[in-house]
Amino acid sequence: MSDRVTVAKTYKLYLGGSFPRSESGRTYAVTDAQDRFLANAAQASRKDVRDAVSAARKAFPGWSGVTAYNRGQVLYRVAEMLEGRREQFVSAVRDSEGASNAASIVDTAIDRWVWYAGWTDKIATVLGAANPVAGPYFSFTVPEPTGVVGVFAPQHSALLGLVSVLAPVLAAGNTAVVLTSSARPLPAITLSEVLATSDVPGGVVNVLTGDTGELAGHLAAHADVNALDLCGAPADQAGELERAAAETVKRVLPAPASEPDWTRRPDIKRLRALTEAKTVWHPTGM
Amino acid sequence: MSMEWEYAPAPENRDIARLKSEYRMFLDGEFVEGAGPGLKSINPATEEVLADVSTAAPSDVDTAVAAARRAQDKVWGPMPGAERAKYIFRIARMIAERSRELAVLETLDNGKPIKESRDSDIPTAAAHFFYHAGWADKLDYAGFGPDPRPLGVAAQVIPWNFPLLMAAWKIAPALACGNTVVLKPAETTPLTALVFAEICAEAGLPPGVVNILPGAGDIGAELVGHAGVDKVAFTGSTEVGKQIQRTLAGTGRKLTLELGGKAANIVFEDAPIDQAVEGIVNGIFFNQGHVCCAGSRLLVQESVADEVLGKLRTRIGRLRIGDPLDKNTDVGAINSAEQLARIRELTSSGEVEGADRWTSPCPLPDKGFFFAPTVFSQVSQSMRIAREEIFGPVLSVLSFRTPDEAVAKANNTPYGLSAGIWTEKGSRILWAAQRMRAGVVWANTFNRFDPAAPFGGYQESGFGREGGRTGLEAYLDV
Repeated sequence: MSDRVTVAKTYKLYLGGSFPRSESGRTYAVTDAQDRFLANAAQASRKDVRDAVSAARKAFPGWSGVTAYNRGQVLYRVAEMLEGRREQFVSAVRDSEGASNAASIVDTAIDRWVWYAGWTDKIATVLGAANPVAGPYFSFTVPEPTGVVGVFAPQHSALLGLVSVLAPVLAAGNTAVVLTSSARPLPAITLSEVLATSDVPGGVVNVLTGDTGELAGHLAAHADVNALDLCGAPADQAGELERAAAETVKRVLPAPASEPDWTRRPDIKRLRALTEAKTVWHPTGM
Repeated sequence: MSMEWEYAPAPENRDIARLKSEYRMFLDGEFVEGAGPGLKSINPATEEVLADVSTAAPSDVDTAVAAARRAQDKVWGPMPGAERAKYIFRIARMIAERSRELAVLETLDNGKPIKESRDSDIPTAAAHFFYHAGWADKLDYAGFGPDPRPLGVAAQVIPWNFPLLMAAWKIAPALACGNTVVLKPAETTPLTALVFAEICAEAGLPPGVVNILPGAGDIGAELVGHAGVDKVAFTGSTEVGKQIQRTLAGTGRKLTLELGGKAANIVFEDAPIDQAVEGIVNGIFFNQGHVCCAGSRLLVQESVADEVLGKLRTRIGRLRIGDPLDKNTDVGAINSAEQLARIRELTSSGEVEGADRWTSPCPLPDKGFFFAPTVFSQVSQSMRIAREEIFGPVLSVLSFRTPDEAVAKANNTPYGLSAGIWTEKGSRILWAAQRMRAGVVWANTFNRFDPAAPFGGYQESGFGREGGRTGLEAYLDV
């Protein structure tokens, strides 16, 4: 009796809630840390970037409009499903990153997702205010989601790094177009499968695999993108991408000098950067 | 029996401004002659020269940035917050003490009505210092973690529409957070910023903590692009804001931008119409419409459009346009010939594109830069007067049928600074306020400002906030 032949997975893009191939028909070979073939991934094109931005824009009113409590529940549900697929993620991280501590990386990623899920209905309490203005008015300030965020996922930390930049985008009520790590895209697609079967509406997260350097300029210059997290942007393009962002006054989280240590406890910097303070005034009186 | 009740002229005494024939820039605690070409600041209401003002050259920018750096490293940065606070409180008090002088000077230099500089600009400028002074020793409680650090040297470039007030919005939070500043006032309105420099000197503020460098746009570009600054704050046009964002791209320097707007002012059919009419007038004619958050697009529900438009014309027809120093003047002078030309160009595009133009029949002075309040009706969204910031006393009126249509039209702009909502129904106010993609929403009021209330835009109206706890972030390394 021969060994059973395993069913290999085809990795595609995650766009508008479904898993299409790149419209360009391109794929590229993804290897593990020892340079052994893992799979072919879709190599997204400029058109895929544009489709992803449209999907993210379309999903924005719904996702930003649900209650913060609901958003928290939906995101917590994602963590539950990550936990259920823990072994799969451990193996995906081990393959992609060659990490001997893959299990602890996955645990931290799940915990991080839970941390951000719990933020949805606290952001306004912490960042908002009742403003004591000098006049007969009630004035209050609330943080609101910035809009469509272009996320340049970290190039090295394919799951924990991705979760650390994506979860705050979603917790704050934004929708995302993610350019995954070019060389380590597979955990992001596996995460997309979790998102697709969770209650996160289609289009809220769109995941493009491919050559970050090729897609970066198109995402940074897209007029319907409101903010960029350049965390995993190619270092030699960072200035150029920020210049492109200026054309429509995008908010930019600049690329760090080197990839952060994602195991460190997060703070709320990303939640602050990806929300807009809105101040509302109304007169008081009889 | 009907009677004409005419106002007698009630001009404020211009001597109160203590106008000097020459003003010099303020650098490292001294008033010095700049190496720039110099400029003449004129009174836009009369076109007379008010004063000669020395301007900075690039070498002065270097000197000022170096002075600000020294002051930050050696004096202002290490100083305990409680001590910084006392200097800032002093400044607040001294602005209040010299408020009449500053108000008259502001009106002479800018052209805005004395009642606005006296009741709004100057007191609010003092309030900004008073408010932020209190933060200087309480930053641990501002929600950015323990002991938040200043950024360092802040380069600040401000516009001509609220000269002293914009300086206060920029300088007060910067100082409270422990930064030092180099500020460039607008080319056409440098005078009150230089009197403010006198106040800094008289308050004993250590040399180099505040530096004021008058100049034109080239000096602004020099300052914001200077490698020695840590932070840039700009208020002005979206076009220049984008240039600055490009300049700073990849440098890692912090930037906040407060840019243009094309605010929708939405009047629902259940609005208190008379109150709304007052609010619409205030929204667009306050400060001659030279307001980035002006309610320049009136969206009125079809069922009340004729009534609103009729009452609006009657009310606008009674606005008094003329001598800004006259206490009865409602609408003063356009700030410059250049701005007047821009307003004229955009209003003629409105006529060419087919909107109905109504102009107030009010008499205008023979000299100076004046523009009669103007209302365009039958405006469609594609017209330039519905899309571009006019920055003048010109209102574009569009109509809508359903609340959803109002929201869609209000948000149909790359800007997102402010919005107005007029309705008696509380739930509708909150419904609409949630849906406005704008940083400030005024419901049943308009153009309210306070140092405790964060102000700033969505989208191409800029990023970062000024005022409130939120506004401190712009000047802290957090």
